[in-house]
Amino acid sequence: MHAAPIHRAAERFMLDPAGVVFWPRRRTLIVADLHLEKASSQAGRGQLLPPYDSRTTLDRLALLVRHYAAERVIALGDSFHDRHGAARLAPEDAARVARMEMGQTFIWIMGNHDPSDAALSELREGEVIFRHQAGEVAAGGIEFSGHFHPKARIATRAAAIARPCFVVDQHRVLLPSFGAYTGGLDVASPPLRALFPRGGQVFLLGRDRLYAFPLTHAAHAA
Amino acid sequence: MNKSKTSLPSRFGDWFAARKWIVRPHQLAVLAAIESGDNALLIAPTGGGKTLAGFLPSLIALADDPHPRLHTLYISPLKALATDIARNLEVPIAEIGLPIRVETRTGDTPANRRARQRIAPPHILLTTPESLALLLYSPDAAAYFADLRLIVIDEIHALAGTKRGDQLALCLARLHRLAPQALRIGLSATIAYPEAIRAWLSPDGQGVATRLVLGEAGAPPEIGLLIAPGRMPWSGHMGLMAAEAILHRIRATRMTIVFVNTRAQAELIFEALWRHNEETLPIALHHGSLDVNQRRKVEAAMAAGKLRAVVATSSLDLGIDWAAVDQVIQVAAPKGVSRLMQRLGRANHRMDEPSRALLVPANRFEVLECAAAIAGVAEGDLDGDPPRGGGLDVLAQHVLGCACAAPFHPDDLFAEIRAASPYADLTRQDFDDVQHFVENGSYVLAVYERYRKLFRDSEGMVHVRNARVVRQLRMNVGTIVEAPLLKVRLGGQRGFGGATLGEIEEYFAAMLTPGDTFLFAGRRLRFLGIRETSVLVAEGGIGEPKIPAYAGGQMRMSTHLANRVRAMLHARDQWEHFPEPVREWLALQALRSDLPGPDDLLVETFPRGGRWYLVAYCFEGRQAHQALGMLLTRRLERFGDQPIGYVATDYVLGVWCAREPANIPRLFEEDMLGDDLEAWMAESSMLKRSFRNVAVIAGLIERMHPGGEHSRRHVTVNTDLIYDVLRKHDPNHVLLRATRADAAHGLVDLAHIAGMLARVRGRVRHRRLDRVSPLAIPVLLDIGRERVQGGNAEEALLAETAALVAEAMGTETLA
Repeated sequence: MHAAPIHRAAERFMLDPAGVVFWPRRRTLIVADLHLEKASSQAGRGQLLPPYDSRTTLDRLALLVRHYAAERVIALGDSFHDRHGAARLAPEDAARVARMEMGQTFIWIMGNHDPSDAALSELREGEVIFRHQAGEVAAGGIEFSGHFHPKARIATRAAAIARPCFVVDQHRVLLPSFGAYTGGLDVASPPLRALFPRGGQVFLLGRDRLYAFPLTHAAHAA
Repeated sequence: MNKSKTSLPSRFGDWFAARKWIVRPHQLAVLAAIESGDNALLIAPTGGGKTLAGFLPSLIALADDPHPRLHTLYISPLKALATDIARNLEVPIAEIGLPIRVETRTGDTPANRRARQRIAPPHILLTTPESLALLLYSPDAAAYFADLRLIVIDEIHALAGTKRGDQLALCLARLHRLAPQALRIGLSATIAYPEAIRAWLSPDGQGVATRLVLGEAGAPPEIGLLIAPGRMPWSGHMGLMAAEAILHRIRATRMTIVFVNTRAQAELIFEALWRHNEETLPIALHHGSLDVNQRRKVEAAMAAGKLRAVVATSSLDLGIDWAAVDQVIQVAAPKGVSRLMQRLGRANHRMDEPSRALLVPANRFEVLECAAAIAGVAEGDLDGDPPRGGGLDVLAQHVLGCACAAPFHPDDLFAEIRAASPYADLTRQDFDDVQHFVENGSYVLAVYERYRKLFRDSEGMVHVRNARVVRQLRMNVGTIVEAPLLKVRLGGQRGFGGATLGEIEEYFAAMLTPGDTFLFAGRRLRFLGIRETSVLVAEGGIGEPKIPAYAGGQMRMSTHLANRVRAMLHARDQWEHFPEPVREWLALQALRSDLPGPDDLLVETFPRGGRWYLVAYCFEGRQAHQALGMLLTRRLERFGDQPIGYVATDYVLGVWCAREPANIPRLFEEDMLGDDLEAWMAESSMLKRSFRNVAVIAGLIERMHPGGEHSRRHVTVNTDLIYDVLRKHDPNHVLLRATRADAAHGLVDLAHIAGMLARVRGRVRHRRLDRVSPLAIPVLLDIGRERVQGGNAEEALLAETAALVAEAMGTETLA
């Protein structure tokens, strides 16, 4: 795994091909849109999807926490797919969450799928802002957000390849969704483009590295 | 029993006489079988009165006893065929004056007519497997079918052995329980495995009480090669250079069908023909993605004799009696003998006159393939695979459907299902697993107790849980899974109200940029944008057009045909039928290298442009070569030969390396089929696509209903993600087993690879050359042209593209 460093607000952040960001100075792992218990949410509507999404997501996260020896995890909202998700978590999976919460500090930012009383609506540490959905950023600041599940489609000589991606400019880092069953929104779609009026860069997630392209390269077919 | 005793009732005999027809022996033989209580499988050439043979027993029985009830069920693979047959049946019914009501019931039938058909069924109902399933999965099915006497299955070869056929076989088993007196008649022109189909058709799945009736052979077809003047291309599959020659042949006859292999090719050939069509001969286009109304217009124009030619894909393969067609031109290799025979049958609907056809090879290898196909037709050497075991995904849909119709006892349903030939070997374990899947997903982690779709009562009967489950099933019946499609509409003033031209896959639409030109429905269109579920376009695009590609459009060559091609290569006496450039090409190959033998494997290695190439002449089809290419590159890597890439065609496999590959025979030893293969297969996009189909058919995820409110309200879940998660946590889940079974049947062609490796053991002939051989040129030209799928290939493509873009932009990354 080769993470790509970016420098913003006099800090260094590592974009990891697994779809998370590591902030070395604060030993903090940043992750977005876990959407735990999405399968059981669908099951309630008659689609009996395999119920292993939560443990897949949590195991992947635990691996990254160990890999970076992170002391703190910031989850940027929509950690559960719906407001009753936490109650449906299988006992083994609840134990996985509890184990991680014992080892690391967890900061749950509130997302639109989360119950409103459970978490922070945003977190600021100096010039660094953490929120679920991108908002205003003052000059010199840097914001990390999720919500959109960005993915990009790149035309290659043989085929167009679509992958989840980070979208980055001087003030923002949009994280791809981390949940096992989560889909994506094309970076060419209007709500995503509106966030990057002066362009930016996409980093497509690869098997063990990121692939960088200008946002305009991925942004066609509106 | 004496066949000659059977004769037509006088009213029918008079009608035949009035039309100056003589009743054919096979028509009487089918009648005799039915009258003595047997089923019948009729194989007769096109134009042999096959359809009439299928319906005579019904017409005769109903003439005597016309009291209203559903007497005969006719099932065809195509809606259009059902409609056409209904029209044709009206002729004898009107002319003999029979009080018989015939109606169709398909997905296109309006709701009010469907409702009326439930209350007052016609004597003869013409339908498709999907519409039949819907009828059977409803609570009044038992009453509806109680009086059924006959079931006619048309084009049975196009159903048996497919998932649609699996569902139909299950439905026939169900019908047998509801109406045990009903007899079955199967109809087909081309069947490679008549005994297997006879078993398929029979009520016990083994062939009991089912007669095989063979029609007289028709006149042998006259098939020729049409070689465009000028250079014979080395590669490519479109055959565009022959447009002028094809047009010349169209001009010389009254009505021609120009068959092609893919919808993309249809668009290109159509455009190429019109480029040369100075006299503006009426030439039309027909393929499955065009708007239904557009297709109906073309069909009507054909029937009215207003056209001189139609460029068509398999959309015109099956037995619709559109019009008098005088010749068939097949552009690009036909890929199989049965397929070619089916298409030839379109050229003449009178069996005592020969069908006339021309094959237009698109490249040098296709010359061989076309010649092999002509020889195959002459010998009546049909290809195709014997019907395989039934899919567990189809079974899951059927089990839920049966529960929706009425509560069942699992023991009874299991016995019923085993009478369907695709499920004759179904184990109780598999059946129970499928039933559990329908019930609660059947996962190792049992958390879906409260979302169960089925429940059992105290007597062990299985009931469906609630009305929503029934509704979901009815929205998702059927086994045809299509990629999400978008309508193509001409943009009106405000982007609304334009005509619909047809549908293209969402995947293709997503690759278009406003202003792009693409070819569709025989027009050059300018892409304006996507609105809701429509692609908006304007007439008159400029610049190099793109051509919509469709998943699964690629056809693979049959094994039979591949073997014939291989045999032709070293039988020099057959070369005289080939055009001059091809003869020269083969002679030069013999001189410079060698020709592939009948039961060995020729492997060439040669340096070129600083790399070493390895070309293996396997003739096992593109799919098999792709899997083999992956295995070989892994092995070359282990041997330190530094492989860089590979390319697969229907005929050969080419691999290129940074170093010269050593010890070629060792490379092709059988132990190649090891763990690498498992790992690659599991990751391959073929398996993922296969899983998607399985998941939809089995009801794990819902179908996309384009434009429906449904699709917007429901969250769609990417099946690739589900596949990965399920594989990790529940690798033996019934849906994964169904997916692997699909892959083993034809997706990956493992049997072909294993068979070849065993056959060539100790017979690998290695030729080390100092430059590319003549036979290797086509595959080298294909490098970089083929689609690359999944896994490492995608990573390599992304890396390459990212490097290219970075170089062009002059930046490494944004600092």
